[in-house]
Amino acid sequence: MSGTDMSVVTEVPDPVRMPPERPSWRTRLRGPAVFAAVAVLALVVAPLLLEPFRLGLLAKYLVYAIVALGIALAWGQGGMLVLGQGVFFGLGGYAMGMYLKLTEAQGGLPDFMVWSGVETLPALWTPFANPFFALAMVVVGPVALALVLGTLVFRQRVRGAYFAILTQALAAAFVILLIGQQGLTGGTNGLTNFFELFGQDLALDSTQRGLYLAVVVVLGLLYLGTRQLVNSRFGRLLVAVRDGEDRVRFLGYDPATVKTVTFAISAGMAGLAGAFFVPVVGIISPALLGVVPSLELVVAVAVGGRYALAGAVLGAVVMGYAKTIFSEQFAGGWLYLQGALFILVMTLAPKGLLGLLRRRKEVAR
Amino acid sequence: MSALLSVRGLSVVFDGFTAIDGVDLTVEQGELRFLIGPNGAGKTTLIDVITGLTRPAAGTVRFGEQDLVGRREHEIVRLGVGRTFQTSVVFGELTVAENLDLAASFRRPLWSLARRRRGISEAVAEALATTGLAELAERPARVLSHGQRQWLEIGMLLAQRPRLLLLDEPVAGMSLEERSRTGELLTEIARDHTVIVVEHDMDFLRRYASQVTVLHEGRVLTEGSVAEIRADPRVQEVYLGRARREAKDVVG
Repeated sequence: MSGTDMSVVTEVPDPVRMPPERPSWRTRLRGPAVFAAVAVLALVVAPLLLEPFRLGLLAKYLVYAIVALGIALAWGQGGMLVLGQGVFFGLGGYAMGMYLKLTEAQGGLPDFMVWSGVETLPALWTPFANPFFALAMVVVGPVALALVLGTLVFRQRVRGAYFAILTQALAAAFVILLIGQQGLTGGTNGLTNFFELFGQDLALDSTQRGLYLAVVVVLGLLYLGTRQLVNSRFGRLLVAVRDGEDRVRFLGYDPATVKTVTFAISAGMAGLAGAFFVPVVGIISPALLGVVPSLELVVAVAVGGRYALAGAVLGAVVMGYAKTIFSEQFAGGWLYLQGALFILVMTLAPKGLLGLLRRRKEVAR
Repeated sequence: MSALLSVRGLSVVFDGFTAIDGVDLTVEQGELRFLIGPNGAGKTTLIDVITGLTRPAAGTVRFGEQDLVGRREHEIVRLGVGRTFQTSVVFGELTVAENLDLAASFRRPLWSLARRRRGISEAVAEALATTGLAELAERPARVLSHGQRQWLEIGMLLAQRPRLLLLDEPVAGMSLEERSRTGELLTEIARDHTVIVVEHDMDFLRRYASQVTVLHEGRVLTEGSVAEIRADPRVQEVYLGRARREAKDVVG
């Protein structure tokens, strides 16, 4: 390297003299070790130590963590600020809820329809009596909607704040639609009063523990899958689209396709989370998937650290716990704390809690 | 020899301002062509039209057997036309090798990108060697100097194995040493590629150009060898006369 180059890059160490980093076995094993430790903690320790009510809460936070994982992929990696994940969460949740309602009704009408004066089962509901159809729709519905929306929006080069506002408007519209169709959706009350899932009594602690374990396993698998995607060529391409969409076009890729696929994957995750939410929490209603819950998840991802998948999971669990604990002490104060936390993180630690945890390592390097 | 690129009767209008006015340009297979002209002559606009960034008001752009007008940017890249920009836009968060690999992988189907990159492909290794960035392969691109970024851009272009390369002011903002390194790189690339270079720098032109097209106020003023261009009084008028006039305006 010539001397003139050196003068241009004064603030960084001479890159040539620094050998390419070859991570030692210790650094290479750290990731898997942390993952294994967290897995043992979640699969063995938590079910032993936590009483059923607390375990149920943790299950709920981990369900939210699945959505958060999708947000971290779309926003942290892909630069798409998705403010309406509640829509996809809701689609998954309602698909599951409809199936549960129909199994309980045993060929008759779900309770809320009877109260609303509906006499025959709406055509939209009929196929959801089939568990395979319902479970497929949990993912297929959100993915299909995201594909259509993404194709329309990204091809027109709608991005940044405009895309964010669009997704938020979608969440608002979805809530209005759900509330307006009382006889079809249960209106404001949503779908509730679920008693069993695949023949298991949902009120039993053992069923809830099984559900908790299923959520942990699914979250773990999705984490590994998403991580694989982030580290793949596609992941590199996604980061490139985030940092220079127009330049990516001149590399011969269509950024609209890359963004649409990523948006659809994040939507699929939100749908799956919605489906787990229903038996874990026992309800799905418009209040759980509107603008505010969608934003809360984005805030959780920002607080945890949007550039790392683990940060998103951490954020969802930490903010979930913080909300519960704080609301138990001072009802109504949570919103202020949440807002303050968000502002603090955005101004002082844009990489979130995980960024703070990792800072020591980076300074040492 | 047949024309690789053939621009006919091209006009570009921005809000009533005619940036390009009936330009014809023919570039043969294997040629190294310099595009020069004062500011606002329409050099970059011409490149923008060829690469699909700007739609022309009239005229055709033929690349081999294909018509390029109306195609989207990434489709034109896929036909084999690559370009760099005045301000280099490499991806700072990715390593040098990843930047090159991304450029080299654009013909792979999207699903096959879901796999991790293993090692360094042949195209990437070649680009690393040509640009002299091999030692920096595993460093993030954000630590590169301005000159190194431009070379990385050129390397990314080479990794795509395009049939036509368009370089937009590759030596702008470079130190003298970086300029001569870039000149050598350009000479090397031109050996087996068709290249169009937009350049302001007359000294660089004198040293590395052979065929030159001069644009002035959206039209082709003249074409020819470097010696012919330098001897052409009209070119002197455009470059020097204006300066003389401006000087007179200031004085008078």
